[in-house]
Amino acid sequence: MAKEFDRDSISNTLIVAIGLSLVCSIIVSSAAIVLKPVQQKNEELFRQQIILEVAGLMEPDADVTVLFEAIEERVVDLESGDYVEGVDTDEMVTIPDDLDLASIGERARYIPVYHVMKDGEIEQLILPVYGKGLWSTMYGYLSVAPDGNSTRGLQFYAHGETPGLGDQMDKEDWRAQWDSKELYGDSDQPQVRVIKGLVPDGIEGGEHMIDGMSGATLTGNGITGLLQYWTGSHGFGPYLNNFRESS
Amino acid sequence: MSETRKVLIDPLVDNNPVTLQMLGICSALAVTTSLLPALLMCLALTSVAALAGAAISALRHRIPNNIRIIVHMTIIASLVILVDQLLKAYAFETSKQLSVFVGLIITNCIVLGRAEAFAMKNGVVLSFIDGLGNGLGYSVILIAVATLRELFGAGTLLGYPVLETVSNGGWYEPNGLMLLPPSAFFIIGLLIWGIRTWRKQQVEKPEYQIHAVHRTEVF
Repeated sequence: MAKEFDRDSISNTLIVAIGLSLVCSIIVSSAAIVLKPVQQKNEELFRQQIILEVAGLMEPDADVTVLFEAIEERVVDLESGDYVEGVDTDEMVTIPDDLDLASIGERARYIPVYHVMKDGEIEQLILPVYGKGLWSTMYGYLSVAPDGNSTRGLQFYAHGETPGLGDQMDKEDWRAQWDSKELYGDSDQPQVRVIKGLVPDGIEGGEHMIDGMSGATLTGNGITGLLQYWTGSHGFGPYLNNFRESS
Repeated sequence: MSETRKVLIDPLVDNNPVTLQMLGICSALAVTTSLLPALLMCLALTSVAALAGAAISALRHRIPNNIRIIVHMTIIASLVILVDQLLKAYAFETSKQLSVFVGLIITNCIVLGRAEAFAMKNGVVLSFIDGLGNGLGYSVILIAVATLRELFGAGTLLGYPVLETVSNGGWYEPNGLMLLPPSAFFIIGLLIWGIRTWRKQQVEKPEYQIHAVHRTEVF
């Protein structure tokens, strides 16, 4: 009889290691591919739900798709701040280093924004914003009143910030502060920022300040950076300016 | 009691992974604020433990000793990714609440512990049942903790109001501490106390007894 099977031999070790890696990777990747359509549908519904939540339109147990009908999607050319149609939304623009406060390197040239309509008039503008926090890129939506200045809300839907510290930005009482802050005030530069500690009562410029999150200063700085970028001249600045001039 | 039954029933109380072996405490604290995510977490962990046990047991005569743990981790990690993908597809809302904790099943000591201690030495069916039993043992504790926390912390069970809270015009003032991680520590501690009062053989012997030194011993 042949000598006993030696499971600790180098050849068996290699066979097991390679074979197992192959089998496992095939299982994992096929599961990922098969389930992707369902997951993407979930992600899309979740994104719509966040837009509705930022707009304050979300109701418990409501059908997201039905509620989302009150929202109009328009594509904006960020450079001019005008609406465009029939453009390639995958076209990217490199962000100059000195303007890249959100640390994202590049952005799409044409970006979809959302109008919340009420009686045929725009009630809120919902702008996608994203940028680096401490660990991760944070993706969210900023809701602005049609005066192009007052905020209505800010909510992130995907981030990988520290649980318990950075993710305080998902908490309702912190988010509530974003109702009726001013992005610019009288200035033409973005002013809104997350400070360190609590905003003192009656401080000058308090309408631009948001309470810091304790233990998450760098996440807060990330939020300040990404808002300064997205409301600045290279972001939605020109677009919001159109609204500010007309109001 | 037949061996199969013993393997399945033992981890529920007599050899419970959480209250006797003190494993898996991290996730027991994190996902038990309400019942639904806890149930999903139990389902995820139990299926991973059972399937990993069966898979590792099937390969046990081939797995080389020196890469044993890596092989276990690869199998467990693949199963966890599979479960995570399924949850993201079919239980999206709850999977958001579970966030990193499904992924952390990979490092859950119960799964790796059973793979190393049981599946490497026993047959496929028995290893599957052992994984199932230990998963259920973990589940029993998680469900008990989550039920208490959701009931007294929010006055609901699975989202349905049971104790009418003051804010909804009822009489119950919810205990906010119950929704914070420390309460899970207290509840698990009390559970362990209760179980060890009932099953005296689980009480550990003191590791060290203070020895009163008599003055004659000093010299």
